[in-house]
Amino acid sequence: MLNNIALIIGVTLMYSTPLIFTALGGVVSEKSGVVNIGLEGMMVIGAFIAATVGYYSGNPWLAFLAGGLAGAFFGLLHAIASVSFSADQVVSGIAINFLGPGVALFLSRIFFNGATMTKSIDLDNKMPRLLNGIFHKDSFLYYILDNQYATTYIAFILVFVIWYILKKTVLGLRLKAVGEHPAAADTLGINVFKIRYLAVITSGFLAGLGGATLSISVVSNFRPTLVSGQGFIALAAMIFGKWKPVGAMLACLLFGLAQGLVVFLGQFQIQIPSQFLNMLPYILTLIVLVAFVGKSVAPLADGIPYEKEQKH
Amino acid sequence: MPALEMRNITKKFGDFVANDNLNLIVQKGEVHALLGENGAGKTTLMNILYGLYTPTSGDIFLNGVRTNILNPKIAIENKIGMVHQHFMLVKNFTVTENIILGKEKKNKLGKLLLRKSKKDIVALSKKYGLLVNPDDKIEDITVGMQQRVEILKALYRGADILILDEPTAVLTPQEIKELGIIVKNLTAEKKSIIFISHKLKEITQFADRCTIIRRGKLIDTLNVTDVTEHELASKMVGREVNFKIEKKKANPQKPILKIENLVVKNNMGLVAVNKLSLEVKAGEILGIAGIDGNGQSEFVEAITGLRKAESGKFSISEVDLTNKTPREIFLNKVAHIPEDRQKFGLVMDFSVKENFILQTHSYAEFSDKGFLKNKNVEDFANKLVAKFDVRPTNINKKARDLSGGNQQKVIIAREVTHDPQLLIAVQPTRGLDVGAIEFVHKSLIKQRDEGKAVLLVSLELDEVMNIADRIAVIFEGEIVGIVDAKKADINQLGLMMSGGKL
Amino acid sequence: MKKNKVIKFFTESNKAFTLISILLGFIIGGLILWFSGFNPFTAYAVIFKGIFSKPSYISYTIIRSTPLILTGLSVAFAFRTGLFNIGAEGQYIVGSAAAALAGYYIQLPAVLLIPLVILIAIISSGIWGAIAGLLKSKYGIHEVISTIMLNWIALYLQNYITKIKGFAKPNSEASKFIQDAANITFFDNWKHSDKGMAWLNNHHFAKEILRTPANFGIIIAILCALLVWIILNKTTLGYKLRAVGFNKEAARYAGINIEKYMIISMFISGSLAGLAGALHVMGVSHNITNLSAMEGYGFDGIAVALIGSNAAFGTIWSGFLFGALKYGGTKIQPFMGAPSEIISIMIGTIVFFISMPNIIKISLNKILLKNKKRGEDVK
Repeated sequence: MLNNIALIIGVTLMYSTPLIFTALGGVVSEKSGVVNIGLEGMMVIGAFIAATVGYYSGNPWLAFLAGGLAGAFFGLLHAIASVSFSADQVVSGIAINFLGPGVALFLSRIFFNGATMTKSIDLDNKMPRLLNGIFHKDSFLYYILDNQYATTYIAFILVFVIWYILKKTVLGLRLKAVGEHPAAADTLGINVFKIRYLAVITSGFLAGLGGATLSISVVSNFRPTLVSGQGFIALAAMIFGKWKPVGAMLACLLFGLAQGLVVFLGQFQIQIPSQFLNMLPYILTLIVLVAFVGKSVAPLADGIPYEKEQKH
Repeated sequence: MPALEMRNITKKFGDFVANDNLNLIVQKGEVHALLGENGAGKTTLMNILYGLYTPTSGDIFLNGVRTNILNPKIAIENKIGMVHQHFMLVKNFTVTENIILGKEKKNKLGKLLLRKSKKDIVALSKKYGLLVNPDDKIEDITVGMQQRVEILKALYRGADILILDEPTAVLTPQEIKELGIIVKNLTAEKKSIIFISHKLKEITQFADRCTIIRRGKLIDTLNVTDVTEHELASKMVGREVNFKIEKKKANPQKPILKIENLVVKNNMGLVAVNKLSLEVKAGEILGIAGIDGNGQSEFVEAITGLRKAESGKFSISEVDLTNKTPREIFLNKVAHIPEDRQKFGLVMDFSVKENFILQTHSYAEFSDKGFLKNKNVEDFANKLVAKFDVRPTNINKKARDLSGGNQQKVIIAREVTHDPQLLIAVQPTRGLDVGAIEFVHKSLIKQRDEGKAVLLVSLELDEVMNIADRIAVIFEGEIVGIVDAKKADINQLGLMMSGGKL
Repeated sequence: MKKNKVIKFFTESNKAFTLISILLGFIIGGLILWFSGFNPFTAYAVIFKGIFSKPSYISYTIIRSTPLILTGLSVAFAFRTGLFNIGAEGQYIVGSAAAALAGYYIQLPAVLLIPLVILIAIISSGIWGAIAGLLKSKYGIHEVISTIMLNWIALYLQNYITKIKGFAKPNSEASKFIQDAANITFFDNWKHSDKGMAWLNNHHFAKEILRTPANFGIIIAILCALLVWIILNKTTLGYKLRAVGFNKEAARYAGINIEKYMIISMFISGSLAGLAGALHVMGVSHNITNLSAMEGYGFDGIAVALIGSNAAFGTIWSGFLFGALKYGGTKIQPFMGAPSEIISIMIGTIVFFISMPNIIKISLNKILLKNKKRGEDVK
């Protein structure tokens, strides 16, 4: 019994990790006032680049970083459109969602001989499993941690890091100000554009890391159905978590748990059809959103392009 | 050496001259008031001082040194601080976070040293009597306290010259008293305060000297102790009154609009309309004169169904319409020319013809079984365009593409056409050229001659004096006096508008 | 003076701006192909031939465009009313599942069954859309989030339905086929019969067309565009919906019930997307399958709507463009080894530029300024 719980926790951690990276990306961008719907596209390109670099270099850390940088590049595109050209941020995000998979599959065919799947990375060259082989087989901690890749630990550390930056540092204060009341920040000499660029590029980087986690930790390659909407789930997790890093993390764990439960219960003869279990996280989100109606907690200037006051 | 000298400042926006060769001298430790009506140019001048605008010509001298203030950062570096009329505070930040934003104390790693900052803030606040709780969130504290935070923000950056834009507009009488004490503490430290106001009482209470600006030009600078409120008021509004309009004698009938003890709150939860009572009769134009921010907007919103009335009531021809929907009020034959024509009056992306049927598109005249009777709509639109001389005459042009004057004509045409019993016109000539203004005034008088009740709310005293039959002055949410327009004395009106007593 | 007119056209006309974005998409796509070692002109020629050179190709293009036009209309309709319907995907799924169920279980002659199946599909998917409208108007939940959730719920719902005993096809991931009476593919049975095949062998053109699952779905799609246009421009309903979409405040002031019309708008939007799904089931697939991922018609509809400037007839053109590119694009891979995904990149680029109208205004102004400095008269 206890081992079953441990197994579930383990699977939950594994599935939530990519979501956590990406949701953190969403938080950073939106906290600065830029809506980022393109998280999905950024995850896809991150997953692909990481898988490709991972395969050819054999170095998981290089692959991980490369995935992040790929996402950051798309973040840059989104930033240019949204910040410098006052684009409709939702439309720009949608464009990224076409470009991400488009570029990923395009390059995949070029690098992998026409295939839309990258070649698998050897187990040894995947992200290391830091606590592998340490625990006594069949122990509680064994079931949770034996198979956890380094990316899982990094994700949780990042939650703390981002929480810290937002709450305790100068950068975090200014970033939040820019997202809530850019005019106030502007009149105090803060460069609104610079901060938003930084935030959006970082959000792309994080989403890229999320995708990379999928292709070099959870599985060992990239394929077209790998990401399959998880970028949108991360978006929902961000809203569910009220745009806070820890809240978003908890929401991601919830989604991961639901996904994990499906895998786990698949082993047993459960009366509830698996499809309804699959629906659970989404229905849950809707219920929570309805129940917590009231104050909208999105950053006040979220989605509104900042244009310097028109002198009238 | 004066702390500040603004010499021959002129500011043009295109052809519009906002500041015309203005001069201002402020000594150290002086409280200097800028007095003028709406649009006189006071805020523009201060925006120049704070670096939000650059002057078209003229210079600024700080302690005798010529300084180019190109942006707020430079203004702050030169120890100038400004508290805007609409606060620049992040609502869900604490007092401390708002004050330190942009000038944060931090350690080498970028960590905020909040405890040290809080200590500094508390010390600063004690020094000037600006008591605040550094841990409160802005959204939780009173407006008076928010203002103190804004002042602290400026002082935290070492401001020696402090600009306050309409500081008492949002305060309760008690808070105004407290502000007076704060101002005294600041000047005791040899800080200079410039405050923009149109409230004579505050000026005579707080200011040492006063500069009066009218239509961008300097009228006078005097010691406050040397003048009476009367004199200040008359200088503010001036003696020239333009555009006298020809109109027949009014023939008022029974009251159409009856307002009794109306109380309405503004967006910040403060009482903006304070037990207001008023009557508008059929066949007369009642003009409400007052300076912006004395409750006019909230008052109109309440009687057009766009804002809740806390207590009191109003009726149209004996029908109680308090807190009814805009539609119900419309169905009671009330027409409204709104203050913000782009927000409430028109759908800018609709064509002129579509805007004409905004409230009436479901009427049998214009629709049948859910389908619009396009021919009828077009005939109706063309008729109105001809009658009211809307240009261009193309009814399919988007409202957005029309000039302000023609947009206003569309609204007036629409509102007037369905034979209302009460017409409410708010700032109807704002942004219009001379020809359009004349047209609007003629329309209002025509309605009055046809026996409608017309309520005119305007910030232009000239307009009210010209058009209205009776003039009611609104100050701090109450009607402080009603005079017959023919007998009205402009100085007396100016005095009432600024809260002065006869 | 003429130069002035041309410049005005480019900086202010919506159509011009869309054309420029499409052009940029092709140019950048071409550049990417070139950098990857492929000849862009060859690629574009392959796409062109792949769409137009055979009657069966044209037929496939039309078939591919049909659902895109409808999902495009769905998203465009919602946009015009101020709502962002990312849920077209889920509404499509609901429509297709409803059509498959109704088409399988209900016993009626074709002349009654076909309209009934369509009706059931439209109502089901309309309700699915209206849920999001209700959540927004009553609880303030942004439609982007609620529709994304509903997309997934719809997907798993379809998967559940596919496995219902009696409806599921044994030993497969699909459901059983709908009855012939609900099948709208032209001459579907006849063309597979011996007699039919014999006749077709003598009539080349017809054989080409009937090789594809040609059906009258495209007619319905175009009629829907017309219907959408009529509703939005000729009815009081459309008037109210557009007013709400353009200026909520003025609409409220004019007495329009904003909340009610949000729900109505999402219902109509949902039913359009659901119709796309229904027509696909009835005319092409004839059943539904267990989905491991979303098919993408709904998401593609967003791009179709944006490229078509959210206008009813623009969506038709945009739908055809999209469908043609997607279908023709599949031919590049086998023919010259260039990845077909260049199409997604082109579409992404087009949408990217459409998101920022300012870029053309700003760039043109910069160019104009430079010319002015050089002393040319650019008044």
